[in-house]
Amino acid sequence: MTSMKRRIFLKGTLATGAVGMAVSTGLLTPRTSFAAWSKAAFEAKDVSSALSSLYGASDMTSSDKISIKAPDIAENGAVVPVSVTTSIDGASSISIIADQNATPLTAEFILGPGTEGYVSTRIKMGKTANVIAVVKAGDKLYSSKKEVKVTIGGCGG
Amino acid sequence: MASIKMRANIADGVTTIKALISHPMDTGLVKDKKTGEVIPAHYIQEVVCKHKGNTVLTANWGPAVSKNPYLSFKFSGAAAGDTVSLSWVDNKGEKDSSDVTIK
Repeated sequence: MTSMKRRIFLKGTLATGAVGMAVSTGLLTPRTSFAAWSKAAFEAKDVSSALSSLYGASDMTSSDKISIKAPDIAENGAVVPVSVTTSIDGASSISIIADQNATPLTAEFILGPGTEGYVSTRIKMGKTANVIAVVKAGDKLYSSKKEVKVTIGGCGG
Repeated sequence: MASIKMRANIADGVTTIKALISHPMDTGLVKDKKTGEVIPAHYIQEVVCKHKGNTVLTANWGPAVSKNPYLSFKFSGAAAGDTVSLSWVDNKGEKDSSDVTIK
């Protein structure tokens, strides 16, 4: 009997050990503090898990206060200029997502108190996709999207 | 290593920063055409812009930001003659920073 119990005990410690490892390496815990580069979010394979890892939630309200400036047709997917402008009060973070990329989350911009709701950059797109801009204001996420047709992919295709 | 080209212009109290960074931004998905070996991922993960010790913008980037990244944004609360600094760190721990005076 004693040996049986020991077996069960060992199994139990092994299982909790694995979970503890996952938590400590940041696989399970959503990111709580800003300014830390979120490996889980940038390696996530779909939009909702990327947002969950980044913001701790993936429920978005679509908003007409976000405008995305990007070309309708991008001839070269390696360089797609994207500008996001938002007039939402208290916007603290803007993320740019290309929903058909292998890892959709492209960039996150954390805005300081005096920073306007505007960022402009250039991104790579593997194929025709929606460019989604997600804006965090308070505890809520707002989004807007624009389709960009890509004729030559920019991710090694 | 001067990898950052940056400009800061002020108009009506709003400072516009435009920056270009020289960086390969390798995704880790592309194969070298000559050797057939995968080029390892090498991309900027974090860009921080500061004005008088306050962080104006933190950009967290994945590998899908284009090669030689361009970044532009606007903020208020600065004056002409102030210094703005921009720094970046990539996934290999390489980094660079640059200061520019607002005009």
